[in-house]
Amino acid sequence: MKINRRHFLASGLIAAGGIVAAPSTARTGAEVSPDNVVLATLLDISKCIACGACVEACREVNGHKFPRPEKPFPIMYPAKVKVADWSERQDVDDRLTPYNWLYIQTAEGEYNGRSFELHIPRRCLHCQNPPCANLCPWGAAYKDSRGIVGINDEICLGGAKCKDVCPWHIPERQTGVGLYLKLAPSFAGNGVMYKCDRCRDRVAQGETPACIEVCPEGVQSIGPRDEILAQARELAARTGGFLYGDTQNGGTNTFYVSPVPFDVLNAAVEQGPGKPHLASVGNPFVKEELLARAVYAAPLIGVVAGVLHLVRGATSEDNNE
Amino acid sequence: MNSLTLVFRLTVFALAFTGFAQMPIFSRYYLADVPGFAWTADYYFNHVAHYILAIVLLAILGWRLPRILRRQSWSAMDVTVGLCWIGIVLTGIVRVMKNQPESYFSPTLVMWVDWGHLIFVVLLAPLALAHFMTRRARASARRLHNAK
Repeated sequence: MKINRRHFLASGLIAAGGIVAAPSTARTGAEVSPDNVVLATLLDISKCIACGACVEACREVNGHKFPRPEKPFPIMYPAKVKVADWSERQDVDDRLTPYNWLYIQTAEGEYNGRSFELHIPRRCLHCQNPPCANLCPWGAAYKDSRGIVGINDEICLGGAKCKDVCPWHIPERQTGVGLYLKLAPSFAGNGVMYKCDRCRDRVAQGETPACIEVCPEGVQSIGPRDEILAQARELAARTGGFLYGDTQNGGTNTFYVSPVPFDVLNAAVEQGPGKPHLASVGNPFVKEELLARAVYAAPLIGVVAGVLHLVRGATSEDNNE
Repeated sequence: MNSLTLVFRLTVFALAFTGFAQMPIFSRYYLADVPGFAWTADYYFNHVAHYILAIVLLAILGWRLPRILRRQSWSAMDVTVGLCWIGIVLTGIVRVMKNQPESYFSPTLVMWVDWGHLIFVVLLAPLALAHFMTRRARASARRLHNAK
């Protein structure tokens, strides 16, 4: 999305209208129409052979979205702010980078006296209540009507808050690209954050994400969340497997089914920058969800109390308003 | 200054602080490195604190609203400051709504609401200060006039 003056004003008017109509535009995934069906993916990791076709397809199909940084990079202050430059290492495919939104993680070990080697395609899980989108102060990270969590590369400033608050630290930064270059590049921002957008443009045209389409083993499937979750549970029950992603972080739109428990896999996978864990993750917004009710009630209670106070003849305080 | 006004001003200050703490600036600019201030870079903590402070602020604003609406005359500055408050409150409530797990708002709307919240706050700060100074100057002039 390029932002010019006309678009800026037009979207401002749309947004103003949207604020007024906000309660009616809020909807849940339960409503079904082509544009607002929340889609989820199921990954049967017992099938993955680590051929890398999904990784290659992801890079090919999404290559036009990858960063093209301007060099030299601006000098940033203070000096502790580091450049994140992957442009010379675009071939790296053993971790997540701004140029590699999907990679295959391998877990080797022993479970119930039997050795195992499992391969796990790792990318953004597209949370139902994504911390990256909820806490982005700039409106750059978003959740769309199909349950895709994305980052608007036209406005992202690369502060990496999304990465910090993501339990898996999925988004990756590239310096030297994006809106921050036009604002105060030395003092605020540091590029753009990149991650899987589940082939949003393809999905919008009714197509399947590239990683799913090319997989020769049929590891992944995609469909309405309720149906895919039911399939995942059925698969786990039928095979005596284990499910990950249904409740993690308050629920995601990606379900992994594994023949080995995820705590065992978590201990077996290599973890670190760009290499996410498989640990259990609770809902980080439990407090906020409770407090939201008080946020809605507070002004109403205040008004009622204020009116009652006035009705009783109070006149003080008027000088301070 | 009565105690409610004091609570109101402290709440507004704390809201501004926890609001700016939502941006990754306190860790970049060393505030979080100061002993005892590591919490300024804890996004989840500041998020919850912002919600709690917003509840206090909204209750006070609700309490004062009937008195404000009773006012006989409105200067342009009163109206401008009032509009900024309305903007902050509405965009803030929409942000809370969109953070609920079952809600959905379009990405474009979310972007404008986020920007609007920030813009209204940045506008309100100098306006409220100017408003406050003007009212004080007027009150002093009135006192002087009455003394004569």
